[in-house]
Amino acid sequence: MELNELYRDVILDHNRRPRNFGVLEPADASVEGSNPLCGDHLTVRLKLDDDTISDIRFDGQGCAISTASASLMTEAVKGGTRAEALRLFARVHQLLTDDAATGADELGKLAALSGVRAYPARVKCASLCWHTLAAALRATDAKDMPAVSTE
Amino acid sequence: MKNVALAARPAGFDLLALRRQFPVLARMVRGKPLAYLDNGASAQRPAAVIDAVDDYERHHHANVHRGVHTLSQEATSLYESARDRLVEFINARSRHEVVFVRGTTEAINLVAQSYARPLLKPGDEILITHLEHHANIVPWQMACEQTGATLCVAPIDSHGEVHVDAVVALMSPRTRLLACTHVSNALGTVLPIRRLIAAAQARGIATLIDGAQAVPHMQVDVQELGCDFYAFSGHKMFGPTGVGILYGREQLLERMPPWQGGGEMILSVTFAKTTYNGLPNKFEAGTPNISGGIGLGAAVGFLRGLDRDAAHAHEAALLERATAALSSIPGLRIVGTAGDKASLISFVVAGVHPHDLGTILDEDGIAIRAGHHCAMPVMDYFKIPATARASFAFYNTVEEIDRLAAGVERARKLFA
Repeated sequence: MELNELYRDVILDHNRRPRNFGVLEPADASVEGSNPLCGDHLTVRLKLDDDTISDIRFDGQGCAISTASASLMTEAVKGGTRAEALRLFARVHQLLTDDAATGADELGKLAALSGVRAYPARVKCASLCWHTLAAALRATDAKDMPAVSTE
Repeated sequence: MKNVALAARPAGFDLLALRRQFPVLARMVRGKPLAYLDNGASAQRPAAVIDAVDDYERHHHANVHRGVHTLSQEATSLYESARDRLVEFINARSRHEVVFVRGTTEAINLVAQSYARPLLKPGDEILITHLEHHANIVPWQMACEQTGATLCVAPIDSHGEVHVDAVVALMSPRTRLLACTHVSNALGTVLPIRRLIAAAQARGIATLIDGAQAVPHMQVDVQELGCDFYAFSGHKMFGPTGVGILYGREQLLERMPPWQGGGEMILSVTFAKTTYNGLPNKFEAGTPNISGGIGLGAAVGFLRGLDRDAAHAHEAALLERATAALSSIPGLRIVGTAGDKASLISFVVAGVHPHDLGTILDEDGIAIRAGHHCAMPVMDYFKIPATARASFAFYNTVEEIDRLAAGVERARKLFA
């Protein structure tokens, strides 16, 4: 595995200039996620319009994989429904962990994360934002705001 | 002095011959020769340690201190000989003062629960420093919660140094124990522990020194230091994991109650009354890590055969080279710039997260640690989530340092 498979241009670009980065106020849900062993820490905030994620932002600090993944995620789920976001999470999770994962083409820019699969220690970096998003979506149901950890 | 060490390596320090004694150093990682610069997390083992463990497992294994049969006697003899080597290695007064434990963490927990907890009253104080590893923070927090005592933390400065007067300023009539590290695992700072121990002694305060990062780099003499407790781990001093040593002054260990009950730590048991075994067995309930202890004894044998002054000079030269090479990289900041440092260098690079750096260096066969190093208060002090840490042993080479610097530069360019 070559490093440029992991740190593709899309990843480097989203790390350098993360999209939808900052604080969203007011938000319908705000959930913190962290990888205590890495020190990665981010907060995902989102607004819902009925079932649609009308706006989403994240902030915090983390490695390039974690930051780029969060940036790509916000682009991918913004404007979509909750169910679509959760389906996307399942596909991304498969992309990150399953060597037999197919259909990466349909994931658009998110497919750039497939290089992470060869670095098992880094999968949690890429998945942190997604687990945090899923918790935020659940929180809008349950009205609780749990903290999330992928360790 | 360090320049001299680099220029004129002492005779008798044959680096290539030394490296050949560590089988793993010959392996390739991702197609490149391994450059193992994560010795602060765990050091590699020489063949002497691997062979001692192997010989025990193949020919001598049985439970210790129990059987009359040949194997049990051989196992007991090997295990207790290892203890003798450790007694001599740290210059303890007797075998009674050297307790086998799982590692530094268990040693500190033992002292927290068996020495401190019965002693502490509400309002009493335990004094630590801001540099401590979590293993020298959390056991004291637990003892404080259990007793109503208070944990006091001596500050560090922007170089990552601990000043004796700052520690002394926090010593009060209620201070029961000073627990501090000998060498900081996160920054490499060597603490002025002789002066700290003397100041504590003068005030009747007991002392525990976390020696996990010191023993691999320097000869430690517990009587010369004068501390009451000294804790260290096997795997950071080229021995096996899962074994370590608690040194304790005999008078203190004698007064302390056992902290775990079971076999080995008793003389007789009835349902009415149990009589505890003497030192050190009182603190060694259950079947111990026999092969680990034997391996640790072999590690001591290895270190005693090493010219440690020469090894230290070589490590100092590596640190100096790494400090110079890394300092010249734009955007790189060394975290921890104490005047007296062990051969360990923590750093951050603007725009490059330590974990990305760790992955990129691994691609070059270079192993470093990235993270908070189980010292989150140190990271908080410097307002950073993590650092990259390269920690050297006497078997590392100047070439490896140069590869490290080149790898860091490559990462910096990738993320620029």
